[in-house]
Amino acid sequence: MSCRAVSVLSKCRISQQQIRGKAHFTFQPSQTLPAALQSMEKTKMNLMQSVNEAMRIAMETDDSAVLFGEDVAFGGVFRCSLDLQKKFGKDRVFNTPLCEQGIAGFGIGVAAAGATAIAEIQFGDYIFPAYDQLVNEAAKFRYRSGNQFDCGKLTVRTTWGAVGHGALYHSQSPEANFTHTPGLKLVVPRGPIQAKGLLLSCIRDPNPCIFFEPKILYRLAAEDVPTGDYTIPLGQAETVRTGKDLTLVAWGTQVHVALEAAQMAKDKLSADVEVIDLQTIQPWDEDHVVESVQKTGRLIVTHEAPISSGFGAEIASTVQKRCFLNLESPIERVAGFDTPFPHVHEPFYLPTVHRVFDAIKKSVNY
Amino acid sequence: MHRALLHVSRRAQAVRNLASTVEGDAFRLNEYSSKYLGHRKAAFTEKLEIINADDTPAIPIYRVTNAVGDVIDKSQDPNFDEPTAIKMYKTMTQLNIMDRILYDSQRQGRISFYMTSFGEEGNHVGSAAALESHDLIYGQYREAGVLLWRGYSMENFMNQCYGNADDLGKGRQMPMHFGAKERNFVTISSPLTTQLPQAVGSAYAFKQQKDNQRIVVVYFGDGAASEGDAHAAFNFAATLKCPIIFFCRNNGYAISTPTSEQYGGDGIAGKGPAYGLHTIRVDGNDLLAVYNATKEARRVALTNRPVLIEAMTYRLGHHSTSDDSTAYRSAEEVETWGDKDHPITRFNKYITERGWWNEEKEKDWQKEVKKRVLTEFSAAEKRKKAHYHDLFDDVYDELPLRLRRQRDELDAHIKEYKEHYPMDGLKETHH
Repeated sequence: MSCRAVSVLSKCRISQQQIRGKAHFTFQPSQTLPAALQSMEKTKMNLMQSVNEAMRIAMETDDSAVLFGEDVAFGGVFRCSLDLQKKFGKDRVFNTPLCEQGIAGFGIGVAAAGATAIAEIQFGDYIFPAYDQLVNEAAKFRYRSGNQFDCGKLTVRTTWGAVGHGALYHSQSPEANFTHTPGLKLVVPRGPIQAKGLLLSCIRDPNPCIFFEPKILYRLAAEDVPTGDYTIPLGQAETVRTGKDLTLVAWGTQVHVALEAAQMAKDKLSADVEVIDLQTIQPWDEDHVVESVQKTGRLIVTHEAPISSGFGAEIASTVQKRCFLNLESPIERVAGFDTPFPHVHEPFYLPTVHRVFDAIKKSVNY
Repeated sequence: MHRALLHVSRRAQAVRNLASTVEGDAFRLNEYSSKYLGHRKAAFTEKLEIINADDTPAIPIYRVTNAVGDVIDKSQDPNFDEPTAIKMYKTMTQLNIMDRILYDSQRQGRISFYMTSFGEEGNHVGSAAALESHDLIYGQYREAGVLLWRGYSMENFMNQCYGNADDLGKGRQMPMHFGAKERNFVTISSPLTTQLPQAVGSAYAFKQQKDNQRIVVVYFGDGAASEGDAHAAFNFAATLKCPIIFFCRNNGYAISTPTSEQYGGDGIAGKGPAYGLHTIRVDGNDLLAVYNATKEARRVALTNRPVLIEAMTYRLGHHSTSDDSTAYRSAEEVETWGDKDHPITRFNKYITERGWWNEEKEKDWQKEVKKRVLTEFSAAEKRKKAHYHDLFDDVYDELPLRLRRQRDELDAHIKEYKEHYPMDGLKETHH
């Protein structure tokens, strides 16, 4: 009894329409690098490789650092820890039993004892068994002990966002579930350059961080990444396209959707849309967004997660208060609907380029 | 201070009141036995000894046939009649053929995902056949054979894998997330082990019913047993005395993680007695043994004593179509398992020896199944997916106003931007 797949399917007619479609966005490599990085040597890397590189550097520069999670030993299901066990040995890079609450709690303990913990939760959708450890423990470890103890050396990496066919449990973006918890820093990179610099910042930051990696970008996003050791500061947003007519805020994969919609608005509406990549979701760079809206008078926030209680709500209310007299139109949110993440209807659920474009159109014509 | 002193003097008085130390010991042993240790006989010892976990013997693996398929002890032969045995064999082989074709179809990009059951056909069918059809099943995701045994049709499988409008789950979940109310099989959820405590709850609800004749069977893997939910479920089932079978398919790997990195101690079965679960470890590639074990476990479970079965097997396929297992185990290891111990080969011998099966029948059957799979497959491929309004249904029993407004917004958007959405494959109307 062979388990080899036998190609009997050739007899079937292949319907092109059924073949899985392409991604809902086009990755746009970074146009400009921060000044400090411009002179560094660069090499083409995708996001998976840049995450791998960040972890390699973190472990080389910190002998206490350990990397663990489900399946990380052979390189991880997304290959982010590829060859790291070979390089650093089984004591520093290892599989854990299949238990997210265990991974988070263990990581807190490693960090509390003074070592650096890089924990992987295979899917953001599976972080919820670890919710108690992260929300009640990691986030409050410093505060409740009067700063005698902390677990700031903990970084939890987890995959995030839509992939085209992930359905309910391989697609979610749960950042807002954690923004309601003071004490955690939350980061979502938009590409390989930011992933490397931001992940190194998280690992070295003296606070527990959750680093959400847009898994659709692992292989699809490639750009020239500086090869050395560098960090990108947490808590700072980045303007990735300048404009005077409207401010569009996004993070992760959705930055690329926003950039495409902004270009469409330029082409079709002659509107200059400023696109801001928030990068750190908590604590977020509110001054950066406020300054932009003071200039443009219009704001749209877009994210994949469901609209209700998404982080867009927090940004909208803060900006509404601080920019009330600058606003030319209502602040709009373009987000996932208030439903679980669907399977076959994913193209209708997502805040697509066209939904973002339409919101821009309505805002500038208000 | 005064209170503390009073306590001490009262305690001294109490000691004097006891007739002897023997009586005090008896009192405490009785307390420990009846209240702390689940009526196990407690004992004192003056020998200092930490139990060496490495020295505890492994629970034996119950089997009926050897690796080639010969019945070892005739008294253990369940003596299936011909139609039952043939149905079992046909279910196993049908699953195997369907797996090969659907795995291939995912490779061609026609379905988005698939998980095969290669090498585990015996534990699916052996356990499913020993249950009553009214027993409720909670699966993990690699139990397609259980559904096949229960009559979930090829058409159902294909519709689910394509997520078309005829899928019982309405195309909401990834392939392999089957569920069928009329087959008493609760819809699969991707998060691991969540089904275990839920299964215990269902079993408790059954127990509350008058003259209960139903049990719950919950399947899970060796990896899933590491989640906190597994501990909760074992503990709840034991303390609340639920009619449930925990069926662990120990196939050696959780994606890439070998069992040697998954748990310490005597496997999954080793945990059973510690939780107060009646326990058996069984040769999971021996359909007859799995059948006998499940049948007996069902009898015990129906008396409100939960049972844990650990079925020892081997995952011959990759974890899923997203996995390439050659990155963490040798092709030789996989081949050796496939050659030396395959549940289909073993059961093939059983039915061939009885004159119920031969090579010609095998050839015809394989041909018939392939044809049926391909027919159902292309029919499912052609079926339309549900109208996009379906996205908003079943979040609640009724569509809340806020969600209805979101749907209206999407309608207005689609009206204007229709050409940018994949409307072709969708039904034009919503029920």
